[in-house]
Amino acid sequence: MSDKHIDKISGVSTTGHEWDGIRELNNPMPRWWVWTFYATIFWGLAYTIAYPAWPLLTSSTKGLFGYSSRAEVVQDIAAADAVKGSYVEMIKGKTINDILADETLRAIAVSAGGAAFKVNCVQCHGSGAQGSSGYPNLNDDDWLWGGKADTIQQTINHGIRFAGDGQTRESVMPAFADVLDRKQIQQVSTYVASLSGPAAEQSNIEPGAVIFAENCAACHGANAKGNRELGAPDLTDAIWLNGSGEAAIAAQVKSPKMGVMPAWGDRLGETSVKELAVFVHSLGGSE
Amino acid sequence: MQDQSEIIRLEADAVNSARTRQPLYAPRRKIFPKRASGDFRRFKWIVMAITLGIYYLTPWLRWDRGPFAPDQAVLIDLVNRRFYFFFIEIWPQEFFFVAGLLVMAGIGLFLVTSTVGRAWCGYTCPQTVWVDLFLVVERAIEGDRNARIKLDAAPWSFRKIATRVIKHTIWLCIAVATGGAWIFYFADAPKLVADFVAGAAVASAYVTVAILTATTYTFGGLMREQVCTYMCPWPRIQAAMLDETSLTVTYNDWRGEPRSRHAKRMALAGESVGDCVDCNACVAVCPMGIDIRDGQQLECITCALCIDACDGVMDKLGKERGLISYTTLNDYNANMALATAGSTHPVNPALVRNPDGRLSNKVANISLRKLFRPRTLIYLGVWSAIGLFMVYALLTRNRLELNVLHDRNPQFVVLSDGSIRNGYTLKLLNMVPRQRSVRLSLKGAFPAASMSVLGSGKPEGGAFDIELEPDRLKTIKVFVRQAAGQAAAPFQEFKFVIEDNAGGERADYTATFNAPETAQ
Repeated sequence: MSDKHIDKISGVSTTGHEWDGIRELNNPMPRWWVWTFYATIFWGLAYTIAYPAWPLLTSSTKGLFGYSSRAEVVQDIAAADAVKGSYVEMIKGKTINDILADETLRAIAVSAGGAAFKVNCVQCHGSGAQGSSGYPNLNDDDWLWGGKADTIQQTINHGIRFAGDGQTRESVMPAFADVLDRKQIQQVSTYVASLSGPAAEQSNIEPGAVIFAENCAACHGANAKGNRELGAPDLTDAIWLNGSGEAAIAAQVKSPKMGVMPAWGDRLGETSVKELAVFVHSLGGSE
Repeated sequence: MQDQSEIIRLEADAVNSARTRQPLYAPRRKIFPKRASGDFRRFKWIVMAITLGIYYLTPWLRWDRGPFAPDQAVLIDLVNRRFYFFFIEIWPQEFFFVAGLLVMAGIGLFLVTSTVGRAWCGYTCPQTVWVDLFLVVERAIEGDRNARIKLDAAPWSFRKIATRVIKHTIWLCIAVATGGAWIFYFADAPKLVADFVAGAAVASAYVTVAILTATTYTFGGLMREQVCTYMCPWPRIQAAMLDETSLTVTYNDWRGEPRSRHAKRMALAGESVGDCVDCNACVAVCPMGIDIRDGQQLECITCALCIDACDGVMDKLGKERGLISYTTLNDYNANMALATAGSTHPVNPALVRNPDGRLSNKVANISLRKLFRPRTLIYLGVWSAIGLFMVYALLTRNRLELNVLHDRNPQFVVLSDGSIRNGYTLKLLNMVPRQRSVRLSLKGAFPAASMSVLGSGKPEGGAFDIELEPDRLKTIKVFVRQAAGQAAAPFQEFKFVIEDNAGGERADYTATFNAPETAQ
C-alpha cells in the first residue's frame, strides 16, 4: 500500500484519504505560512519564559524580565504622585486664603477637594452639595457657622456636635414642648414665619413676638438674624434647614432636630480638609 | 519600407499570461523591469522628484507665528492637539477641515480616474514612487534587465554577494530616511533630528521609524508589484470607476495585429501584417511584469512605460507612434470596427491605412473635449463646491469661541434673600497665538440679572474683563443671579457674549436660566 497516488489533473500527490472517490490533494502549506506558524510557537514559548506564566503549586514562574502588572500599577501611581507632589506640598504649606488667591493652586485644590467630597460628603450633602431636609445646601449663602474659607475649614476639621472631638462646634436648642404650651408654640411659630413671608393668623403675631423675645432671642437674636457663634440659624431669610412654614417651625420648636457632622481632620488629614474647604468655598455662596 | 534590424527582440513573458498560467498557489515570478525612456518616463521622473521633494522637505520649512506658537510650517502637534499648516492653525474641533480635505481627495480620485484612468496608481501612489526609486538603485548597482537576470541566475560568488549587500544597504538607508521623515511632521524637525540621533527622542519616534523602515523596505524593495496585485484594494475600486470614455493604456491591436517577427517577409509574401513586431519591449519595461497586449487587466497600473518603449520601437520602424497609447474604449471600439470592417473580418491593418501607408484620418484619436462629459463635470463641480466652501469657512471662521456648560446639579440655588442663582462653566477659546482681553456680558430679555466670576475678586456686575492667554482655552466659573420674584418662567433663555476689547471678533452662546416652578 505504499504506492503514491498522483492526481491526474493537477499532477499533485494525494494524502491517500478518499471519500466517495474524492481524494484529498497533498498540497504543501505555503512556506511563509509554515514559517509564521513556527515563529508563533517559538514566540509563545519565549513569552512564557520571559513573562510570568507557568503555574506552580503555590505561585507561578516569575519570568526573566521580572514583570508584574501590580508593580506597574505601583509605578504609575508613584509617577502620578510625583507629578502631584509639588502641588500637594504647596497646598500643605500655605494657608487656605493664600491658596484661594493663587489661581493655579485653587484650581488644583478644587479638583482634589471635589474628589474627596464625592467620597466623604455626598452621603449627607448630596452629589451637587445641594443638601436636603436637615442637611444644609452648601451652594447657598446661608451659613450656620460662618461661610469664610477658614471657618469652613474649621467646621470640616472638627465637625458639629461630634462627640469624639474636643473642639467640635457645640450648641443645643431646648425642646420647648416642656416650656411652652401648645397655643404659645402656635403663636411663636406664626411670628417666626411672618418674618420671611405672609402670616396666616395676624392675631398670633403680637403674642408670638413677646414669647420670642423671652425664649428665643437669647440665641437667635432680638432681630431673629441668628448667631453664628452658637450655630443659631437666621430665621428671617428664605432658607430653612428643616422645612419652611408654620407647621415645620412648630415641630422644630417643640422638639428640635439638630444635625451632627463628624470631624474630618483626623480621618482625612490636614491637606484633604483644606482642599475640601476650598472646594466648598468655591461653590459660589461663600463669604 | 521597414527596417527591423535595429529592433532587439527581448525574451520576455508576462507573469500572468494565460499560456503559462499556474495553479492558484504559485511562487512569485521575478520581474526585472528594463529601463524605459520617453515622454512618460520623463514625466514620471518629474512627478517622483516633486512628490519625494514634498515628502522629505516639507517638515523643514519654517513659518514665523510669533513667540507663542511653533515656527514649523507643517506640524501635527499631537501633544497640544494643534495642527499647523502655514498660515492655518486648526484646533481639534475644527477637524472637519481635514475631513473635508479627505472628501476632496476622494472625489478628486473619482475625477482623475474617470478622466485619465488609474493615474494615481501609475504616477503618484507612494508604492509606485518608492518602487521606482528602489529600481533606480537596483539598476545603478546591478545593471539593467539582462545583467540583473544573469546575476540572479548566477551561483553565489563574492561579486554577487557584494552587489546584493550594497543594494540592500542602500535600500535600507532609503527606508530609514522615509520612516525618519515621517516623524518630523509630528515634532519640531531640527530639535527632533538632534534628539533622535542622540537617542533622546520619545520611544514612539523610534518605533514609528522602525515600522516605516520595515514597510518601506519590504513593500518597495521586496514585494513591489505584489502589493498592487494582491494587497491593494485600489485596483478593484478604480476599475469600477472607469467607463468607455476614460483614458486607459491600450494596445491598439486594430493596427498591431497580426503581429509578426517576420513582417518584411510576410509583407513580401503578400500577407496581411500589423505594426507589432512582437519585440516584447512593452513586456520588458513593465514594472508589473504583464503584457499589455493581453488587454486591460487588473495588474496594469497605467504607468505608461510600455507606451514609451513601444513609441521608441515605432520611431525606429518609421511608423506612427501610438501602437500602445492612452485611448478610450469608445475610440478603440470605433477603430476596431474600422479595422475589421464592422467585425466581419479578422483585423486587417490595411483598412485603417491610406494607400500611402499613413494612418487613415477615419481613425479616432484622443481629444481633450471627450474628457469633458457630465460625469467628470459633476465630479469637478462637487469637488470645487467643497473646496470653495472650505475656503469660505476658513476665511470667515471665528478665532474666538465660547462654550457654556450649565450646572445640572443643582440646577439652581435659592439664596437667603430669595433670589435665584444658576452656575455656569464657561470655556473661552482664544485661537490666535497672542494675548487677548475680552469683555464678558449678558444679553437677552432677562430682567434684573447680575453676574459674578468666581475667583475674580470683583463684586457682582453686568460685565467682566477677562484676560485670555495666547492660543489657549480658559475655563471660568460664572454665577448668574436673578432677584426674588423676577423669574418669568422656569426656563429663561439668554446669551453670554464675549467681545475682543481690541475690537473685531465676538462670540456668543445661548444658555438657559432655571428657576423653581414656585418662584414666579
